[in-house]
Amino acid sequence: MSSALHISIAAEPLFNIGPLAVTNSLFTSWLLVLGLSIVAIHVGRNLKKIPSYLQILVEIPVSGIYDLANNITGTRAKVFFPFVFTAFIYIIFANWAGLIPGVGTIFVKIGEHGAEKAPLFRAPTADINTTLALALLSVGLVQYYGLKTLKMEYVKKFFNFKNPILTFVGILELVSEVSKIISFAFRLFGNIFAGEVLLVVTSFLVPFLVPAPFYGLELFVGFIQALVFSMLTLVFLNLATTHAEH
Amino acid sequence: MDSIAVALAIGLGAIGPGIGIGIIGGKALEAMGRNPEATSKIQTNMILAIAFTEAIAIYALVMSLILKFV
Repeated sequence: MSSALHISIAAEPLFNIGPLAVTNSLFTSWLLVLGLSIVAIHVGRNLKKIPSYLQILVEIPVSGIYDLANNITGTRAKVFFPFVFTAFIYIIFANWAGLIPGVGTIFVKIGEHGAEKAPLFRAPTADINTTLALALLSVGLVQYYGLKTLKMEYVKKFFNFKNPILTFVGILELVSEVSKIISFAFRLFGNIFAGEVLLVVTSFLVPFLVPAPFYGLELFVGFIQALVFSMLTLVFLNLATTHAEH
Repeated sequence: MDSIAVALAIGLGAIGPGIGIGIIGGKALEAMGRNPEATSKIQTNMILAIAFTEAIAIYALVMSLILKFV
């Protein structure tokens, strides 16, 4: 039974560019970034007072996430918005990429003699490397903005030797920063990868009709996870840039 | 033996989030019953809270998938 199901936790390398092994998730990610860039540049160059349908379609998520940023961070929304919105758009389409017919089902021969087979496309966020990179970027940006706005006060949050309680709290804060990275990475990876496994297993057991509602569920999960990622980033950014109250 | 580990990992890991999602949903419904005008706001926050709770079950699921397929 397990031979008929193709489930692999790691992304398979398709080919090599120098020392860099291009995996199927990286390949899909490139195509996705290319497509999103083309749409973004096209819409950005042709902004009109009376918008075209495409412009309206693009403006809906922009204003939605901007309102969210405004609600959470207030006046600083303008600073944080570009990164958060980019992350949101990339993650939501990366999540949905796994639902496109053909992704994960078109196989190519890999290896030196073409002995092994691997899917040509794979959802980028169903690969732990992508989600870990996003998590590092997000938490790194939180540290950057924290240092930039609060300067020494931000460092004091982690290293404070005035009294033993604050020293201990600082250690806990350091641990919580590391755990943020892990929880970011595993939440996104786990949700999307588990969704793909769910779809593969249900379509293996009952090929007709039964997998259809799960597709709807996965569309919803993909949206929610992108929203959770951008919202959490906003909350952490807000926490890191506000002065502690005494 | 491996299959038992996989089943236990997800089975035990799903208990906590199951209770958590139940509490979140119940409390959200209570709040909506008390203040029906705030339904949309409560609903978005409820879905977010559920997503966080569900993530814990997903950690267990990832562990069991790793045990099963790696």
